[in-house]
Formats: sequence, structure tokens, C-alpha cells
Amino acid sequence: MSISTGSSRRVLEKGPSGWLAAPALVFFLLFAILPLLGVLFLSFTKWDGLGEIKLDGLSSWTTVLTDPVTGNALLVTAKIMFFSFIVQAPISLLLGVFTSASQKYRAALAVLYFVPLLLSSAAVAIAYKALLDPNFGLGPGLGLPFLAQDWLGNSDLVLFVVVFVIAWQFVPFHTLIYQGGVRQIPASLYEAAQIDGAGRMQQFFAITLPQLKYTIITSSTLMVVGSLAYFDLVFVLTGGGPGYATRLLPLHMYLTGFKANDMGAASALGVILVVIGLALALILQRLGGKNRNASQLEGA
Amino acid sequence: MASTTQLPVPPARRAALSDKQDHKHGPRSKRTKGPGRFRPNYLGGLGGWLWLAVIIVPIYYVVVTSLKNQAGFFTSNPMMPPSEPTLDNYKLVLENDFAMYFVNSLIVTVGSVVPALFVSFMAAYAIVRGKGRFLAWTNNTFLLGLAIPLHATIIPIYWMITKAHLYDTLLALILPSIAFAIPISVLILSNFMRDVPNELFESMRLDGCSDWAMMWRLALPMTRPAVVTVGIYNALGVWNGFLFPLILTQSPSTRVLPLSLWTFQGEFSVNIPAVLASVVLATLPLLVIYVVARRQLLSGLTAGFSK
Repeated sequence: MSISTGSSRRVLEKGPSGWLAAPALVFFLLFAILPLLGVLFLSFTKWDGLGEIKLDGLSSWTTVLTDPVTGNALLVTAKIMFFSFIVQAPISLLLGVFTSASQKYRAALAVLYFVPLLLSSAAVAIAYKALLDPNFGLGPGLGLPFLAQDWLGNSDLVLFVVVFVIAWQFVPFHTLIYQGGVRQIPASLYEAAQIDGAGRMQQFFAITLPQLKYTIITSSTLMVVGSLAYFDLVFVLTGGGPGYATRLLPLHMYLTGFKANDMGAASALGVILVVIGLALALILQRLGGKNRNASQLEGA
Repeated sequence: MASTTQLPVPPARRAALSDKQDHKHGPRSKRTKGPGRFRPNYLGGLGGWLWLAVIIVPIYYVVVTSLKNQAGFFTSNPMMPPSEPTLDNYKLVLENDFAMYFVNSLIVTVGSVVPALFVSFMAAYAIVRGKGRFLAWTNNTFLLGLAIPLHATIIPIYWMITKAHLYDTLLALILPSIAFAIPISVLILSNFMRDVPNELFESMRLDGCSDWAMMWRLALPMTRPAVVTVGIYNALGVWNGFLFPLILTQSPSTRVLPLSLWTFQGEFSVNIPAVLASVVLATLPLLVIYVVARRQLLSGLTAGFSK
């Protein structure tokens, strides 16, 4: 660099004013951070959503922590998180690798793969509700006894139906992430491996997987933390039922607050949700050995 | 193997190149043939077609059923096209204020995405180009937003919106949607902006350019793919959003499309073909956009999240 005189150096080192970040920060503090403190505050109050808010000590917390439905909601959330990760992660990884190579028919397939990305969760849920209807849906219509179950009314099956529908909607998104990851792997690695006589499987495990490390962390974090926000889909598909079989934590929070009109207890559930989300994100970052931001900077 | 993992990742902005460029030029053209290009990948192909079936069957079912009349729905094979296709279901949906819900969705989406892009872009510019503790703290605050399930904050948001007398207005949906779009927008935009060579900013600075001018004349054109990505991603999120409308609005005049599907389902629960027609109608606008702008959309989203 040829610039060395004192005055021009000062000109160059003058960064932009922090004020440029202010509008975004204000919005975010007002509608995300302030409510975050608000939900903590409300968890110590009694409020029906309409009347006055009264301080009520720990009673909401006692209610929530002694209520067996809370434990059940945690369990359901954990199950859905676990199973949807187990189902989605390998499928989206393999599809991402598969579609990253662009032969003609793969390109055509990939166009259709991403259609579910466009659908709202409400639309997806309504479509599946019709499709799985025990009287008029796909199974009874085709006369297939295996398919003709009361999928959404059977508390043993319904969880897996929810996992399947979640995968249907979200695998395309994660496929896209992996596709981008694979496209950044230098071609020279594969060429070298081929010269060394490595087969496809060997190339996958020795090059593709290790190179995708940060993609896997990003996708997994989004998948796991995202499963704390599977609200719309489950709300429209099952409403949390039958019984409490699919009543996830966010859904339980909504129903407690806006249907049972106990905003104090719902806020306590909200706080639990935040704590779990933060803990999961931190654990995943530790597992990755680097924090998310640093891994993002890697390629820059 | 250890050495392969340490090979430098190519500049991530490459991924922002469109698919088209991909095939024709550059060092990546070889790679498009993909790993293991000597033998066809039968297993991958099989899996690929299998997943296609999983994707297509429900979509096909929805479209076919939406074209059936009630009688046809009850009697015919669910996978067979209707013997007498009818658009009556679509007519019914359109007569039920579909246009108004569509316009509401449009207002909320544009009203959220444009301001969110604007403020996020300025913040990303300040974070990348600026120094100091305030900006570092700001950046960390946004990163925190990525780790927190922000939906947990709906109760205080409901409280604030009610207190501000905004309940049951479209503005009630727009304000929190802007806030929720900011963390991911700033992250993606700042990641892209870091790749803009410093020398460009420095020479503009020496020419006496203000930050405002550098932002719009240099940073914006250089990060256009990221801006498009962020815009599309947020637009999809807001357009399909369900929770805020469910909690913050009430009357039909403020209803948005996803919520209208749900209420329509309640009103016409016996008329499944009509309900599915409303699903098709609500998805159609996005499908049209997808068909027109697919390349840009997919390459943008891929690049945005693979960094």
C-alpha cells in the first residue's frame, strides 16, 4: 500500500459512524430484547391477557413446574427434535450432495425439490390433514389398509406423522444449504482422489464429509433450534392432540396464554423455551469447536 | 486426510455466481461433473427419484382434489384426475375475500421486508467497516437473536402492541416482523460485505466520499446477490408467517393469507376440495415467482447459507 502520509491515513482509518447501526438496533431492542426481559417479568405476574397485570411472586412458576403437562410438553419437544433431526440431517445431506452435481435430470429434479419451501406451514398442514383423513384421504380412497389408519387420531402414530411432515417441509431448505456447501469444495480435491484411485464412497467420507464440517454445524444448529419454533405446522395439523400427544412447548405456551388465559404461566414457559434455545445453540457451537461467527468468517 | 481438511475454502462469494456462469466458465466448470464422475451414481439416482415421489404426491393430491366437485371427491379414486374438472371451488374461495387477504399479505410483506433490508444493510455496513465497542456489542446482540427462539417473546409483544393501540392492525404485524428479520439479515449481509476489497473503500474515501455515498455506490452494488437473498428469505418468512397474525389480529379486514387458510378450513371443513383450492390459490403467487426467478432465488439462498 502506497498511502503513508499522516493525514490520508487518518482519513482512511475513519470508520463509519455507529449511528448507521442505530435503526436496526432500536427495532431489535424494542421488539426482541425488551420482550425477552418482558417475558421474564410477566412470569412473576398474574394476567389474563385483558385485565390488569398483578405481581404474583413465584406462583406461575410453581404452577408450571408442578404441572405434568409441562413435563410432557418437554418430552414431546425433545422427541420431535430428536426424530426430525435423525430423519432430516442424512436426507438433506445426501440430497445436497446429489443435487450439487448438475446433470440435466438432476437439475430438473432439483427444481421440484424446492417447491415445499414456498408453501406456508398452514398450507402444508391442511394438505396433509386432507391426505391423511381416515375416511376420505389417500389410504381409504386407494383401498390400502396400511394407509387407511387414523394417522392423526392415534396417539402412538401421530408423533411420527408430525416428524414426517416437518421433514417434508424443511428438508428442501437444508438440502439447499448442503448444496451450497458442496459447491464450495475445491474440485482439485476430487481430482487428486481419483488419481489416487479412491472410489465414490471413499471420496464421500474422506473429502465431502470433512469439508462440509461447518455446513453441517450451521444446518444442524438451524434444525435443532428451529424445532423449538415448529408452531404453525403442529398447531394446524393436530392442535397438539390427540390428548397431549403432540403438544410441543411453544404450542403449550400459546394454549396456556391465549386459550386458557394464563399469561403468567405461559410466560414462564416462554422463559423455559428461551433457556433451552440458548443452551442448545451454545452446545452445538462448542461441539463444532468454533463459534458460529468465526466459522462464517473462515472463507472470507 | 488431515491435510485435506485444512485446504483453504475458496472465497465464499463464488457461490454467489449464478448456476449459469457455473456451467460455462471458471475453475468450477470441471466440478459440475461432480465427485466420482466415472460411473453413474445409481444409488443416488434411486434416492433422488424416491424423494421426488415423496415431494410430489401430496402436491398432486391437493391440485387434483381441488378440481373435483363434492360428489366426485366422495366417489372417485383420490389419485385419479377428476372426470369432470370444475373450477367452482376456486370461484367459492375467490368470492370469500381472497383478494383482500392477498393484498393484506402483500402490504405486510413489502412493509416489513423493505425497511428490514434498509436498516440491516446500514447496520451491516457499520459493523463491517466501523470499529469500536458499541458496534461489537451491537453485532453480538444480533448474533444472540439467532440463538434465541424469538417466538418465546410473543406474550410481551402482544402486550406492547395492545398498549400501543395497534392490536388488529397491519402495522402490528409489520413492526415485530422487521425486528425478527434483522439478525439473520445483518449476518448474511455483513458476511458478504467483508469480501468487498478494502482498497475500493479506501480509494473512495481518499476521493472524499462520505460513508453514506460509499454504502449506496460501492457496498450495495458489490453485495447485490446478498441483498436479493436476504430480501427473498425474509419475504418468504413474512408471507408465510402464521403466529403473529394469529395473535395480533382478529378481524377479517386484517386477515393475511396463511390465517385465511386456517379460518377457511374451519368454515368449510366439510368441503375439502374447496379448502384445498384455497391452499392452491395461496401458493400460486409464490409458485409463479419461483418459476420466473428460480435461478436467482436458489443460487442466492444457497450462497447466503453456505458461508
